[in-house]
Amino acid sequence: MTEFDAAAAAVQAALDAGARYADARVMHRRYESMTARNGDVEELTQDESIGLGVRALVGASWGFHAVPDLSDAAARDAGRRATRTAMASARVPGPPVDLVAVEAVTASWASGCQIDPLGVPLSDKGDLLVGATRTMAEHGADLAEGLYQIWDTAKWFVSSEGHRIDQRIRECGGGISATSIGDGETQRRSWPSYRGQYGTTGWELVESLDLAAHAAQIAEESRALLTAPQCPAGETDLILGGEQLALQIHESVGHAIELDRILGWEAAFAGTSWLDLAQLGSLRYGSELMNITIDPTIPGALGSFGFDDEGSPAVKRDAVRDGRWVGVLAGRDSAAMAGLDYGGSVRADGWARLPMVRMTNVGLEPGPHTLDEIIAATDDGVLMDLNRSWSIDDKRLNFQFGCEVGWEIKKGRRGRMLRNPTYTGIGPLFWRSMDMLSGETVPWGTPNCGKGQPGQIGHTGHPAAPARFRNVRVGVSA
Amino acid sequence: MSARNELELAGQVVELVRRLGGPAAQAEAVVTRADLALTRFANSAIHQNVAESTVGVRLRVHIDGRTAAGSGSVVTTDGLRALVERTLVAARLCPPDPGWPGLAPPTPAPAAPPVDEATAHAEPDQRADRVGAFVAAAGGLTTAGYCRTAHRSSAFVNSAGQTAYGRSAEAAMDGIARRDGADGVARRCVDRLSDLDGAELGAHAAAKAQAAADPVELPPGRYEVVFEPAAVADLLQNLSWYGFNGKRYAERQSFAEPGAAQFDRQVTLVDDPLGASGLPFDAEGTGRRALTVVEAGTTRAVAHDRRTAAEAGAESTGHAIAGGATWGPMARNLRLSPAVAGPASAVGRSTTGAAAGAVVDADTSALVADVRRGLLVTDLWYTRVLDPKSLVVTGLTRNGVWLIEDGTVVRAVRDLRFTESYPRALGPGAVLGLGSRAVRQPDRVDGAWWAAPSVRLASWHFTGGASG
Repeated sequence: MTEFDAAAAAVQAALDAGARYADARVMHRRYESMTARNGDVEELTQDESIGLGVRALVGASWGFHAVPDLSDAAARDAGRRATRTAMASARVPGPPVDLVAVEAVTASWASGCQIDPLGVPLSDKGDLLVGATRTMAEHGADLAEGLYQIWDTAKWFVSSEGHRIDQRIRECGGGISATSIGDGETQRRSWPSYRGQYGTTGWELVESLDLAAHAAQIAEESRALLTAPQCPAGETDLILGGEQLALQIHESVGHAIELDRILGWEAAFAGTSWLDLAQLGSLRYGSELMNITIDPTIPGALGSFGFDDEGSPAVKRDAVRDGRWVGVLAGRDSAAMAGLDYGGSVRADGWARLPMVRMTNVGLEPGPHTLDEIIAATDDGVLMDLNRSWSIDDKRLNFQFGCEVGWEIKKGRRGRMLRNPTYTGIGPLFWRSMDMLSGETVPWGTPNCGKGQPGQIGHTGHPAAPARFRNVRVGVSA
Repeated sequence: MSARNELELAGQVVELVRRLGGPAAQAEAVVTRADLALTRFANSAIHQNVAESTVGVRLRVHIDGRTAAGSGSVVTTDGLRALVERTLVAARLCPPDPGWPGLAPPTPAPAAPPVDEATAHAEPDQRADRVGAFVAAAGGLTTAGYCRTAHRSSAFVNSAGQTAYGRSAEAAMDGIARRDGADGVARRCVDRLSDLDGAELGAHAAAKAQAAADPVELPPGRYEVVFEPAAVADLLQNLSWYGFNGKRYAERQSFAEPGAAQFDRQVTLVDDPLGASGLPFDAEGTGRRALTVVEAGTTRAVAHDRRTAAEAGAESTGHAIAGGATWGPMARNLRLSPAVAGPASAVGRSTTGAAAGAVVDADTSALVADVRRGLLVTDLWYTRVLDPKSLVVTGLTRNGVWLIEDGTVVRAVRDLRFTESYPRALGPGAVLGLGSRAVRQPDRVDGAWWAAPSVRLASWHFTGGASG
């Protein structure tokens, strides 16, 4: 019984029980993570999970069932249960469900990987984190932390329309953080970001981060932050580093353009969106420098794949072009409901979870400037870098972000370091105020995007570069 | 599904460690079977309806002074052997673990509340019927939310001779009703699905939504507030994760100072994992029991697992979680004790015509009646910590906010952003009143819940309106 056989058996059983459409995914995932603290390994975790999830459509109602057993009997039972669940859904029915057309293909896809991350000796990986955290502790950090994570996922997808797709996606990344504890507050500096940088790539990504080389500096900066002046409160020009801008994109654009949110499917939990489909193609989202793409084809970026979890091929699309909103993240059913002709952004975080609309790589196309040019062109402002806290309302409009570090910008020069920098605003007003954008783009990976009920953790990518925003409110505090 | 199956599997894993790792190898294994189902609705129709039957094995080994953990879903003989082999290999390759606290000694697990079998084996039709009742009771308003049931059967075995077994079952419903962009919410967590009344919750949410229409914008600033249980649950969760967490306490990242009067005298917080259906042991096999973390305003304790307890020279409080070496031990069933004698119930509801329905219970009504000018807050959303030590948190109101003037809810208000230190907001003199009934609120995962009455606080720092 192969994985394809199990998926096919589940699909056939769902059809036999009355489904008009069914698909099934077998997923086999190996996961490994290590954390280190102050020169010791804190935790090493390895997980291996395999199972099958089947989705059935009966009339206008969906059902889903998942089991950790790939036997023929278990797969067929899961298919039947998914159909039975869909029939129960019909007790509180919704509008008709259609699926936008997708070519039924037989295909294989694998992400790029030079160095198998699970093949790197644990002792080497441990030495890397132990060494970096020891260095941070020696340079003044009260709490020196290091982390890496690895996911190695194989998927087999079968649909009643004839799809037969297998994929292997390897993801990994890591980072280090130094925390200094003062009187009543803590300060943190991280490299390359708090949870690290991640991609659909091999261990070469972690090697490229050169964690050890940055350990001393971030430890010293975390200590220096304890006595740095507080970020002043007021309105000023704001320059964001690329990592923080990546999260700004994620929260105030990526989630807002998720079609399931726009249609109200997430209203009770993750929320809705301020966007109205009637304005697709005409709404001014941001300044003309704002060009955002939905692109799961970027090699090595964390939101990349060959096919999404309902068999749609990876395709690059515009979300915002010259500041105008032109595209959404969609699935086959939400797209049909909205009158669109594309899905392609549906994924599940495991075999036991229902595929749902998810960001792929949602990022800014490069701008014409450099960070140095942006600073030089700023008479009075604040530069903020690396995310520390994030919060946004359920329509994805009102946000407040905190960063690890700020720097005063005076007369085109970087000045004093500032502690507890925060900024707040309203999404479209903020994006319309962007007047300078760097071309120093990095495809930041976000491995912790929460959505859905039951909860799912998505992996998303966000190409971003430093940018300047005018007249932003900064320095909010308790 | 049976205790014997889970115990046998866990025992097999520990025996395999002994065979493959030698008699000196220390091991603990947890086997959990789970049946989780969630019926989700939006636009007043069921749009996602899922169920999963899973089995998970977690293994932690300590050998030659080194520790590693492994987990998996493959419970065949070969699968268990592979799990043990890779975990032993990982442990041998790890650096030494000088903080290893040793295994939990053999100790009988406490008795847990009985499991409601109807909830454990609930069918999708039963969840759908509750959703249907919620939708029907909302009187034509658009609704969204979920009804969920969960059943877990879990066994623990370690090589020191500790064995434990337990089951839990839970049902929860969380839904909103919407009117012109204004939402009202109703949320409940119970041990028995039969105790979930979809119609009651739907009517409650609809009343709040109707009262939330046509909100006005208020300027930011400090306001007196009445928080309903859903909002208080967020306070409890953040206090637990960041404050009463033994790891963060040891790292000096927590505000907690046991023995200090850090809270108002009206604040008593008890983590009560067996106050409802729950597993009677933690991830290390330590029996779970009630833990008073704050008593009449004085911080008494933080949650410990074996590792943080050893560092602190204390005993484990039964709060170990999977991944606890990184995240620390957490209280996940925290209850804010209600007033012994609640505020005198106000006659009728403290609302005028436009906001009728904003207050849906006598507890909240009585607290509102004493507010000269303030805000009634239903729920908090997207709360994130700016500084863990002072526990300064930013977030937004959600699902209904109303202005209170002279003891009366006068009109709906647009959502506000806040930036506030949670311990300070609950500090000495800051709590002006508590309701007399704690309402259990579901967490995003089964097994965790937060129980609280409505609370009246002297000051809450709103730092921005919905418009920025």
